[in-house]
Amino acid sequence: MKLKNISITFLVILVTWLLLNGNLKLPVIGIGVIVSLTVTLMFCTKCDLFSDLKLNPKSIFYMIAYIFVFIWELIKANFDVAKIVLSPSLPINPGILEVNTKLKSKMGRLILANSITLTPGTLTVDIIDDKMYIHQVAITDIDTKKATNSIVRTFEKYLEVIYG
Amino acid sequence: MNLYIDIAGAIITLIGSLFLFLGALGLLRMPDLFNRIQAGTKASTLGTILTLLGIGIINFDWIGKIIVLIIFVLITNPVSSHVLARAAHFSGVHMTRRAIIDLLKPKLKVAKPEEQSEIISKEPLN
Repeated sequence: MKLKNISITFLVILVTWLLLNGNLKLPVIGIGVIVSLTVTLMFCTKCDLFSDLKLNPKSIFYMIAYIFVFIWELIKANFDVAKIVLSPSLPINPGILEVNTKLKSKMGRLILANSITLTPGTLTVDIIDDKMYIHQVAITDIDTKKATNSIVRTFEKYLEVIYG
Repeated sequence: MNLYIDIAGAIITLIGSLFLFLGALGLLRMPDLFNRIQAGTKASTLGTILTLLGIGIINFDWIGKIIVLIIFVLITNPVSSHVLARAAHFSGVHMTRRAIIDLLKPKLKVAKPEEQSEIISKEPLN
């Protein structure tokens, strides 16, 4: 468990370093390996950022699929906002709804809340226990179950596989 | 060949700036704070991503840095808007009159005005 945590943190720091440098010369890689190993061992022997992450072929496939689903939802969200902002009557119907989430891990919830904030007309205001409070611009269903289905399920079915 | 890449990058940057413009328009037109945050967050996220990506296509050496920037924007932008909305709701910012429902309000433990005045009156006067 601990080894997985440390190695993923190390890889993230190393990849960030290589992207920032933009080349693959030997000194750059060497310094990157040394520095990211030091930073990881100094600061991340006790952190549990990635300990809920599952690593099997199915979850890796779902991670890649999730990126595309997310980009598609982000584009849809922007056209939604554009439509509302540009129409003269400003067709909004705002309010704060309550939805349920099945995710247990912290990281999974963080990604779910962030994804909900970036998708059509929804903004996560608060999380209390298993309930998320979501501000929506154009409400269609007040009912908690229906709102859960329409807002959360799109992402949750992927994140369930990735984070459990 | 180089010209086409330049044109493609310029078009993507232009689309990004259009989204940024729509976000600014949303900030002006929306009636209350929560809706303004909504318009600001979404439009500025995609706008920033597309603008950066266009620059990355024109100047291909920078693409690594651009990807790091895009990931930072994707992580931090929703967090900041969520914190703003939460703080606003806790400090009692009113929603617009067109709002139809607020299920978070009953969950908040806000001191009632009479309790507050009691607390104030109990303090010693000197």
